Amino acid sequence: MMYDVVIIGSGPAGYTAALYTSRAFLKTLILSGLVPGGQLTTTTEVDNFPGFPKGILGSQLVMDMKTQTERFGTEIRNSVVSSVSKSPDGTFILTTDGGEVRTKTVIIATGASAMYLGLPSEEKLRGKGVSACATCDGFFFRGKVVVVIGGGDTAMEEATFLTKFSPKVTIIHRRDEFRASAIMLDRAKKDPRIAFLTNKIVEEIVGETEVTGIRLKDAKTGEVIEYPTQGVFLAIGHKPNTEFLKGFVDLDPKGYVVVTRAASPLSPQTETAVPGVFAAGDCVDPRYRQAIVAAGQGCMAAMDAEKYIETHGTENHA
Amino acid sequence: MADVTDQTFESEVMKSATPVLVDFWAVWCGPCQVQGPIVEEVAAAVGEKAKVVKLNVDENPVHAQKFGVMSIPTLMIFKGGTVVKQFIGVTSKDVLVSELTKLIS
Ligand SMILES: Cc1cc2nc3c(=O)[nH]c(=O)nc-3n(C[C@H](O)[C@H](O)[C@H](O)COP(=O)(O)OP(=O)(O)OC[C@H]3O[C@@H](n4cnc5c(N)ncnc54)[C@H](O)[C@@H]3O)c2cc1C
Repeated sequence: MMYDVVIIGSGPAGYTAALYTSRAFLKTLILSGLVPGGQLTTTTEVDNFPGFPKGILGSQLVMDMKTQTERFGTEIRNSVVSSVSKSPDGTFILTTDGGEVRTKTVIIATGASAMYLGLPSEEKLRGKGVSACATCDGFFFRGKVVVVIGGGDTAMEEATFLTKFSPKVTIIHRRDEFRASAIMLDRAKKDPRIAFLTNKIVEEIVGETEVTGIRLKDAKTGEVIEYPTQGVFLAIGHKPNTEFLKGFVDLDPKGYVVVTRAASPLSPQTETAVPGVFAAGDCVDPRYRQAIVAAGQGCMAAMDAEKYIETHGTENHA
Repeated sequence: MADVTDQTFESEVMKSATPVLVDFWAVWCGPCQVQGPIVEEVAAAVGEKAKVVKLNVDENPVHAQKFGVMSIPTLMIFKGGTVVKQFIGVTSKDVLVSELTKLIS
């Protein structure tokens, strides 16, 4: 079977794109990947998505988006895409864990994931005291001493959130200056339950079956210490989920999908280096990283795909 | 889909004749709301050959702690009273069904 549009990813960008293409009677499939609903499922209240005057739970918001796309006939599968290629007739073949999928156009909406340090000890203890989501896992650290790694707003926010459960939260940062905004930093600094350790580089997370400590190296003196802790929360940024697209579309040095952003406002703004492949949301956007922006770009990508099918439709052997 | 509790865990999971998939979840956990329906589909797919249950970690802290659950959703597959496989974070139907199928004799 040949789809008109296959959307990789099921965050706000993917669902919005699907809403538009399926309302335009294009045969649409979403491959939702390992995080159906995307990053918003990992947060609690979303207060800055317009239309919900009392705020809405992140997971509820994306579930409602899903229902809305299904109302117009979008098909959804929980598959992960491992590669995309172009076939000689100009259509695309996606390889997934649930078999091959064929389509006339592709919308990449794979979003971003929390970054990890990349230490083997961290991988081993993931879910056993190592976490990248305080709102998801904070509950399990009631009465336990934890650390937060990072120096940006996310680190401050996670640390403040964790004080609900933990009697002592230490923010560990590799420099002595912070990227975090003045207000967020100030709030954390005023909290007596939050301590700071600066100029410390994480060398290893210590523990066999659960975290017992963290080994830190001083960035200036080189001194190594082992700091006892029962939980390690990472807040060192996000990276786009685009590894599997390397060599297919153009990626920038940080892995973000490069889109044309044509000079003429009348040209498609979301097309990648490969005609017929469009991209939207956090996987193209290192700057705004907001649900409403992802949704907006999803709409743009859908309209660009629609136009592409209109103009190329006859060339494809559907 | 059946709930297991701290009281019923021993009889329902540890002593089960068939493999058991346990979904550790909580009401406040966003990703768990996504995992729930997936686990329902897994239950439908494996039928009688394996058991699929969920455990609310808020209400049943003993077993969540005993098995070192520190992040949810966590999914564990038990066979013959031991954990044979463990998944942290939302896990797809395909993966869960194929792991369970491997254990069904
Ligand atoms: C804790 C937290 C709180 C936040 N709070 C807010 C807030 O209050 N307001 C706000 O506006 N924004 C908030 N954001 C940011 C917001 O979540 C993102 O900007 C938004 O989700 C981006 O949407 P997206 O559709 O681009 O990607 P994502 O939501 O990241 O979704 C990506 C999708 O792609 C899928 N995927 C990835 N790789 C593959 C693959 N290989 N095959 C198939 N599928 C794949 C994933 O499974 C997922 O479904 C928050 C983010 C976090 C982490």
